[in-house]
Amino acid sequence: MFTRDAFVGWLQEKKLMGARCGKCGQVYLPPRPYCPSCRSSEMEWHELSGRGEVAAFTAVHVAPTFMEKQGFGRGKPYATAVVRLQEGPGISARLVGVDAARPEEIKVGTQVEVDFLEVEAEGGKQVDLAFRPAT
Amino acid sequence: MGKLARGVAVVGAGVSRFGAFKEKTSRDLFVESFQDMVNSVDKGFDPGEIEALYLGNFSSDLFEGQGHTAPIMAEWAGIIPAAATRLEDACASGGVALRQGILAVASGAYDLVLVGGVEKMNNLPTEKVTDTLAAASDTLYEASAGFTFPGLYAAIATAYMARYGITPEYFMRVGIKNHNNGKLNPKAQFQTTIRDLLEGRKAKLAAQGKPVPDWQDELDFLRDDSANPVVAWPMRLFDCSPITDGAACLLLVSEEMATRFTDRPVYIIGSGQASDYPLHTRSDLTSLGSARLAARQAYEMAGVTPRDIKVAEVHDCFTVAEVVATEDLGFFAPGEGARAAAEGRTARSGDRPINTSGGLKAKGHPVGASGVAQAVEVFLQLRGEAGARQVPGANLGLTHNVGATGGTCTVHIYERR
Repeated sequence: MFTRDAFVGWLQEKKLMGARCGKCGQVYLPPRPYCPSCRSSEMEWHELSGRGEVAAFTAVHVAPTFMEKQGFGRGKPYATAVVRLQEGPGISARLVGVDAARPEEIKVGTQVEVDFLEVEAEGGKQVDLAFRPAT
Repeated sequence: MGKLARGVAVVGAGVSRFGAFKEKTSRDLFVESFQDMVNSVDKGFDPGEIEALYLGNFSSDLFEGQGHTAPIMAEWAGIIPAAATRLEDACASGGVALRQGILAVASGAYDLVLVGGVEKMNNLPTEKVTDTLAAASDTLYEASAGFTFPGLYAAIATAYMARYGITPEYFMRVGIKNHNNGKLNPKAQFQTTIRDLLEGRKAKLAAQGKPVPDWQDELDFLRDDSANPVVAWPMRLFDCSPITDGAACLLLVSEEMATRFTDRPVYIIGSGQASDYPLHTRSDLTSLGSARLAARQAYEMAGVTPRDIKVAEVHDCFTVAEVVATEDLGFFAPGEGARAAAEGRTARSGDRPINTSGGLKAKGHPVGASGVAQAVEVFLQLRGEAGARQVPGANLGLTHNVGATGGTCTVHIYERR
C-alpha cells in the first residue's frame, strides 16, 4: 500500500504524497508502511505542501547512464538537491529553474516549491519529482 | 558496548600493489596481498592454521560477474577449509570484515583469523562503475534523483561551505596533501604529487607545440576546468578517489598467542561501528552521525582520547570526506577541519598526520579492500616500517572507514606497546 509504486503513481498525478502515522502524527516522505518512531503501522496518506528549502545540492557533470539517456553529462550538467520540506521530512530530488552550469550562484537555503518534471524514460513518458525556486 | 572478552593482536599485514591492472582478477590481487602478509610475520607461521577468513568485498557480482567470493579467495590463498565469509557494507566492507574478525577472536571462537579485502573495479567502463557505486546509496530515493556518489559528497560539501563560509580551495588542499604522501608509498596507485602533474602537463603541452597555461601553483592548476574537470560541483576530478584494483590482508590472533608470531605485535584496543540514515533524512549534513558514534565507542573501549592518536587513516573517498572525518573523530572542532587542512596540520610534518599512505585519494580506493588497507598502513606506522612516510614515534593509530555517505562507519584504534 505505502510502496514505492504507490508514491510514483501519485507523482504521475502530480501530487507529492507522504505517509502520516495515525498514532504519533510523524510525517514520512517517501511514504513507508511502518513508523520507526512509535512502531505503529496505522499509516495514512498525507499530501505535502511541496514547499521547503535547499539543504544541500550539487551540479552533476559525470552522469549515471539513465541521466545520460536524458541528454545530460559533460557539457550539460544538471542540478540535484536535498530538500527539507516545511512539514519536516527531507527528500532527494532534481533541482530545476537554476543554472546548473553556474553552481556558484545556487545557494543553500533557497526557498523552493515542488515541480513535476515530465521526462522521456525507457518505458515512455513519466513524471519525476523536482523542486524549483519558489515564486 | 564495552570491552572485548579477550585481547586481539595484528601480527601480519600485507597489501597488493594498487592501480588499474587489466590482466589481474580479484584472486590474483588477493593472493598478492596474502603473500605480502605472510612475509610480514616475523617468526613465520603455517597458513594452514588459519581458522577463518572475513572478507570485505562490495560487489564482485557486478564488477566481475562473480558472487560467493569468500571461499574462492580462501581456495586461492590455500586456506581451505577455513570458514570463509564475505561482508558487504559498501566502502566500509573492509572495516566491517575487520570488526567481525576481531569479534570472532575476542569471543574465543577462533585463535587465528585472516581478515581480507578485495575489489577489482577496472573491468567496467567508468559509467558502469558510477552506476555500480550508486547502488550503495538508496537506489529508490537517492540515485533515482540523479545523485551519483561524487554528487552525494558534493552535496555534503555545499552544506559545509554554506555553514562555515569556506571555498572549494580548502578541499583541494586535502588532495594536494594526500598526493604528497602517495608519492612516498610504493604500493599507491598515484605516486605523483599535484606539482609533478602540473609540471608534466606543462612539459607535454610545450612538446606538442601547444600554448602552455601559466599555472602559478597547485591551486591554480586545480581551479582550471581543463586540468581538473568538475565531476559533481564542487567536487572535481582531483577531489575524487580513483577507480582501483587492489587487495589487503591482516592476520589477527588472540593476544596471548601474539609473541609466537612476532615480538612486535600491534594490539587492537578499540573498535566501534554504527549506522545512519540516508543523507536526506538527517538533520545535520556536515557531519556523519555513524562516525561520531563509532569513534566514541572505540575511544571508550581503548580508554584514549583523540589527542592521544599519533597517526590516522581516514575515509577520504572525496576530499570533503576527510575534512568531515577529522571533525567527527574529534581531532578538530566542527568547522575547523577545513582550516586545519589548509594550514598543513594534517600533513606528515603537522601535529595531526592524516592519511600518510596517500589515503583513498592517492593510494587508491578498491572499495571493499580500503578498510583493511587502512589498517595495514597503521600497522606499518606503529612498527616503524612506513619508510619515507614514517611518522616518528607513532605508538597509537586509528582507522575510520565509511560505507556510502555514512550509512555504515567503523573506527578502530591500535597500539604498539
